[in-house]
Amino acid sequence: MPEIVVIGAGPAGLSAAAAVRSHGQRVVLLDENPAAGGQIWRGERTAVAQGVETMFGTRALGIASAGMLLCETSESAVVLPFRKLVVATGARERFLPFPGWTLPGVFGAGGLQAMVKSGFPVDGKRVVVAGTGPLLLEVAEYLRSRGARIAIVAEQARWTSLIRFGLALRHAPSKMAQAARLAFSTLPRAGCWVTEVHGTEHVEAATLTDGRRTWREACDYVACGFHLVPNTEIAAVLGCHLEGGVVWTDDLHETSISGIYCAGEPCGIGGVDKSLIEGEIAGHAAAGRLPVARLFAKRARARRFAAALDAVTRLRPELARLAREDTIVCRCEDVPLSRIRECSDWRSAKLLTRCGMGPCQGRVCGSALESLFGWRPESVRPPVQPARAGTLAGLTGSA
Amino acid sequence: MTDRVALHIDGKTVKVSCRASVASAIWIAGGFRRSVSGQPRGPLCGMGTCFECRATVDGGKHVRTCVLTCREGMDVRTDA
Ligand SMILES: Cc1cc2nc3c(=O)[nH]c(=O)nc-3n(C[C@H](O)[C@H](O)[C@H](O)COP(=O)(O)OP(=O)(O)OC[C@H]3O[C@@H](n4cnc5c(N)ncnc54)[C@H](O)[C@@H]3O)c2cc1C
Ligand code: FES
Repeated sequence: MPEIVVIGAGPAGLSAAAAVRSHGQRVVLLDENPAAGGQIWRGERTAVAQGVETMFGTRALGIASAGMLLCETSESAVVLPFRKLVVATGARERFLPFPGWTLPGVFGAGGLQAMVKSGFPVDGKRVVVAGTGPLLLEVAEYLRSRGARIAIVAEQARWTSLIRFGLALRHAPSKMAQAARLAFSTLPRAGCWVTEVHGTEHVEAATLTDGRRTWREACDYVACGFHLVPNTEIAAVLGCHLEGGVVWTDDLHETSISGIYCAGEPCGIGGVDKSLIEGEIAGHAAAGRLPVARLFAKRARARRFAAALDAVTRLRPELARLAREDTIVCRCEDVPLSRIRECSDWRSAKLLTRCGMGPCQGRVCGSALESLFGWRPESVRPPVQPARAGTLAGLTGSA
Repeated sequence: MTDRVALHIDGKTVKVSCRASVASAIWIAGGFRRSVSGQPRGPLCGMGTCFECRATVDGGKHVRTCVLTCREGMDVRTDA
């Protein structure tokens, strides 16, 4: 019998696969990364439940034909039969364009952390960490532990919303303690943000403001994180219904397409606990078993945390006005803001300026334009990312 | 077994940890490709999304070097 296939080996996918295995059913877990762990545990916590078959370095692209998932590895296209699917594709960082954001040395906050985990040197370097959300604090502490000097941790949210966020954590004492410890060790400055990065060949300094005062910080790197965007592309290609930018599912995490489940960040950004619980529920449900009631109570708690996170990371309107007319918005095709202003929506921007048509397929500029103009990317078509020519041949006959 | 590997980046030999990504090695070697209008660029997302770190690796074009681990003898060209 074809098996249950789980796409994504982060916390959600790992716990989904373990839940399926607990019922003795066959499960294949695939991830485009070379190891399990997803964004949070990348390469550090990679244990997979016993009996789960794994396919690393394998990226899911879409449906080849009924019951057949089309994937690619660095060498070839692979078609994988499945009985049911669990989509656990996680999230990526949101980027916002501002003057200087294309200079080498400007990274996503999680992006710089990931780079350092894979050998990027930060010892003795001065880093400005800016943007929003608790990830900034984690990144700042991690970079410091690797020898970086943190010039400032600039959080765009006001103190009042941070305090409200802190209070919302009172139902999760361990989270509250962790947030407090990180806040004391990294001393973020609330209500301030980067307006511009300076340099010619690479980053030399950043200008910051708190809305009243403006100042410059000399630095080697800028790590900016404006929270996360769910990776909904695969679910969309599979035909699953999206609502408000996230994948719609029922209580058991089945999407609008029967037999396709979704768990973790694509269902709404909420962090590791929510992903673990949702993955477990989806795994049991995909195996045809009813999850135990206690999981639903845990999920409700995790979703309250997600709602608090959503409120605190809401971007202030000033951030959408940082880009100047000549600021590049689409980094793949070097399209400046002035050219995008001539367009009325995402589709015309693509046709007239090639914005979103480069290698990233709008994964960076798409969420930026949503923040700037409120444009939602039009529905994606396979392939989700530019694929090898040989793999594309395998797509014939798909949706 | 040594824990360092040597790779060739635009003809220059660079030695890095065998756990390092090719993107880290390119940065250490001195820099990435230029954008379509000739501006300097470097990695942004560190997780395979943005393609800013792309290079030609052993003849394969448009390889995302931030999610590729260094191997002995790799030939990397940053002009991709
Ligand atoms: C850059 C970054 C850094 C982060 N760092 C932290 C941190 O330090 N602490 C913290 O608490 N939270 C962090 N987060 C938040 C993180 O989203 C959650 O903590 C948690 O990892 C979510 O689990 P998940 O399983 O839902 O998704 P993820 O952990 O994102 O896992 C999804 C997995 O799916 C894989 N995938 C996606 N699409 C495909 C495809 N088409 N084919 C095959 N595989 C695919 C990805 O490679 C990934 O391994 C970070 C997020 C990002 C984006
Ligand atoms: S740095 Fe974004 S894909 Fe490598």
